[in-house]
Amino acid sequence: MPNPQNQTPMIALRGVTKRFPMTLANDHIDLDIFGSEIHALLGENGAGKSTLMKILFGFYRADAGEIQLNGKSITIRSPRDAHEYRIGMVFQDLNLIPAFSVAENIALFLPDLKAVLKPQEIDERINEVSKQYGLEVNPRALVSQLSIGEQQKVEILKLLLSNARLLILDEPTRVLAPHEVEALFGVLDNLRKDGYAIVLITHKLKEVLECADRITVLRGGRVAGSLLRAEATEEKLVALMFEKELSGLKIAEPKRDEMSTPVLELRGVETYVEGAGMSLKGINLQIRPGEIVGVAGVSGNGQKELCDVVLGMELCVRGEKYLFGKNLTNRPVGAMRKNGVSFIPENPLAMASVPFMTVLENMALTQTWRYARNGGFAMDWGVVKADIQQTAKRLEFPVNFYTIAKSLSGGNLQRMVILREMTHDPRLIVASYLTRGLDVQSALAARQALIQAREGGAGVLLVSEDLEELFTLSDRLLVLYGGRIVGEFKPPETDIYQVGHLMTGSKVEHVANG
Amino acid sequence: MSQTAKTFPRVSLSNPLVNNLIRYLLMILLALLLFGIILLVTGKDPIQSYRDIFSATLGSTYGFSEVLLAMIPMLLTALAVALPARVGLINVGGEGQVYIGAAFATWGALAFQNKPAWILLPLMTLLGMIGGALWAFVPGYLKSIGLVNETIATLLMNSIAPKIVGFLIFGFWHSPMDTVKTDNFVSAARLPTFFDTRVHLGFVFALVLLALFWFIMKYTRWGLEMRAIGGNAQAARRNGIPLKGYLVTVMCIGGAIAGLAGMAQVSGFYGVLLLNFSMGLGFMGFLICWLAGGDPIGIFLMSFVVAVITTGGNLLQLTQGLPYAVINILLALALFVVLASPRFFEGKKA
Ligand SMILES: Nc1ncnc2c1ncn2[C@@H]1O[C@H](COP(=O)(O)OP(=O)(O)OP(=O)(O)O)[C@@H](O)[C@H]1O
Ligand SMILES: [Mg+2]
Repeated sequence: MPNPQNQTPMIALRGVTKRFPMTLANDHIDLDIFGSEIHALLGENGAGKSTLMKILFGFYRADAGEIQLNGKSITIRSPRDAHEYRIGMVFQDLNLIPAFSVAENIALFLPDLKAVLKPQEIDERINEVSKQYGLEVNPRALVSQLSIGEQQKVEILKLLLSNARLLILDEPTRVLAPHEVEALFGVLDNLRKDGYAIVLITHKLKEVLECADRITVLRGGRVAGSLLRAEATEEKLVALMFEKELSGLKIAEPKRDEMSTPVLELRGVETYVEGAGMSLKGINLQIRPGEIVGVAGVSGNGQKELCDVVLGMELCVRGEKYLFGKNLTNRPVGAMRKNGVSFIPENPLAMASVPFMTVLENMALTQTWRYARNGGFAMDWGVVKADIQQTAKRLEFPVNFYTIAKSLSGGNLQRMVILREMTHDPRLIVASYLTRGLDVQSALAARQALIQAREGGAGVLLVSEDLEELFTLSDRLLVLYGGRIVGEFKPPETDIYQVGHLMTGSKVEHVANG
Repeated sequence: MSQTAKTFPRVSLSNPLVNNLIRYLLMILLALLLFGIILLVTGKDPIQSYRDIFSATLGSTYGFSEVLLAMIPMLLTALAVALPARVGLINVGGEGQVYIGAAFATWGALAFQNKPAWILLPLMTLLGMIGGALWAFVPGYLKSIGLVNETIATLLMNSIAPKIVGFLIFGFWHSPMDTVKTDNFVSAARLPTFFDTRVHLGFVFALVLLALFWFIMKYTRWGLEMRAIGGNAQAARRNGIPLKGYLVTVMCIGGAIAGLAGMAQVSGFYGVLLLNFSMGLGFMGFLICWLAGGDPIGIFLMSFVVAVITTGGNLLQLTQGLPYAVINILLALALFVVLASPRFFEGKKA
């Protein structure tokens, strides 16, 4: 392993091996993590990144191998031990208590927490550290009211105040908007200067090349290679990550008939949401067959509600919803599904899958009526498998039907949901953060699948914060702000800056066509 | 990097059924041990007590049949909890549903007493189930529209049901001789019994329903959908599974099964509707279901154990002069041991 400074690593992993009932997740992994460095961990979905870091954090026990701290061998049996050794981790799905304030969440992890809390003192300590590293948050705010980006900051603050020196961040940028990513990297840069060691798991190569000092690529549970940033290029990393070369996105011109009945039409739709959440106001929207309509917006501006209204989860208090000219306003989700509506939600674990069921069972859930036999007294699992396998072949996603959904890696779970929702030739696909958590190759395949669906005449509603993705895929682009559509463009007629402006609410008066 | 031969995936040697059996046995032993200590402290002879319990239950054909008899309402009321639990509903209302089911069945028995058994019994069965289902519909519906938590609603309705039964008995149905019960049912309104025992057809009902429950959960479309709702209600709804429909239906079916227990008690066991006849059957079912973790085989085993304890306990009162409450201590101990067991018997997490 390259080590030009010739110093002892803060943490060294030697021969770490972890086997799960069905998979060898980590296979004799060696890894060096140095202080004052950002170490990026790359690898395709299911390569074993999260597992390796959970071992380091004491969440799993390795079957074999050794962990060294500053050259001395240590045993980490639990997150509590990891705490002792000043190792901290932010999980793939954040782990804060929503009903608690920021200060309370952080206080829970203070190593020197007193029996009687002194809120004033805790606030001060938080403020001190947050100023130092540019992690400003209001300690008194409730976590449930924070954006994902702010919650991310709280997680990092929590680690810093608990005295961690090694910070493990599992896909922190997955849910962040571009400007939030910038801010996060600024913070990481400050931390690096102060001697912290940082492990950053991500699927975005640009980010890696932008901020990492050292890059390790895992493949199939083994180390495929380890590079210093100076040696790394995007091509080299991709070659290490995948067996196959990446092909570009093949975008065929869809044949579209502007006069045909829209796949989906919303006429003056309004919703009413209590508490947190954004009510939709006066939404008019048409999606033609063979059209991808992108929805840009900072999350929390009505994206979730828009998708839910289309799916039938949320009621329209005013307005109508038509599917192929048929009025389906406020019909239940089942009716929408039967009419060919597919849904890829922003959070596959909470919103799309049943954690303790097998992948196969999960695959049948949206179409139970289709697979029921003998009037419902039996299920035809063979056909479920055949259907899914066909899609899996097309997208080149691996599937293992008999694993429990909960034990899938983050990206594999997303792939499972995409597979299911792309089967049965959906006529309308509602996709929210389609490529969240996917590796480069899978993200490409998922986008390709949308394009294929468009060629087949399906309509697509694509919600994303990734403007680049929206500009590449969309035929038409809407901007959602405060529950209204504040802009509508054809991608060639606009640019990222104009859309970015609208997303943050400036220039609202200028467009106002909703 | 060293090259090691990849080992095959580990195959678990212990199959879950054997595992569970061992678990139950250990639980029972532990509970017996603790109870033995209590007996010793009160100056009774635990060995003799256990010998008495044994001979009164498993030691003779008659004793054994009494155990089976006691199991009938337990199996049914436990099932009435287990089914709703699969979709995440906590039905604490078995007790009330038993009463209303019994009342409906009794109305059938009294109103149509000159009909032959082959009409009367199916009618009473149906009425009993309808009664229980109606009683469960109220909390099920309130839950489905998000108004009232079903645990609270079912619990509160438990105290209403016996009053309704009381009102019916005092007001309309009581026999000329006795105000706390109805006339004895005509023989056509009695569930047939097997051989020379008191075990009645309700036992077959319970076994069939238990098997059906297992089959439906494992193999059918509805089982799959119910497990999805229980596993992640939000995802199930987004996948197009009709959540509200299931909540109401499943609650009603649970109630119907408890209602059937009530029917079986009045028609099979007592042959008459008595004031306060249930004495906590519904709660016993709840206890058994949770002891068994909602699993059909577990429900059968736990019902058996509890039935042995209660039947044997009846005898213990006579021979050892122990108050019946002591039996509740033994039951409570069993519960205690089971609740502690997950930590106790499970290995460390993966
Ligand atoms: N608790 C578990 N039980 C069984 N298998 C597991 C468990 N956790 C992970 N696995 C398996 O181990 C493999 C590696 O998973 P891991 O979560 O480490 O992947 P990853 O590299 O983080 O992928 P992603 O980029 O998708 O998050 C996967 O095949 C996964 O299914
Ligand atoms: Mg992961």
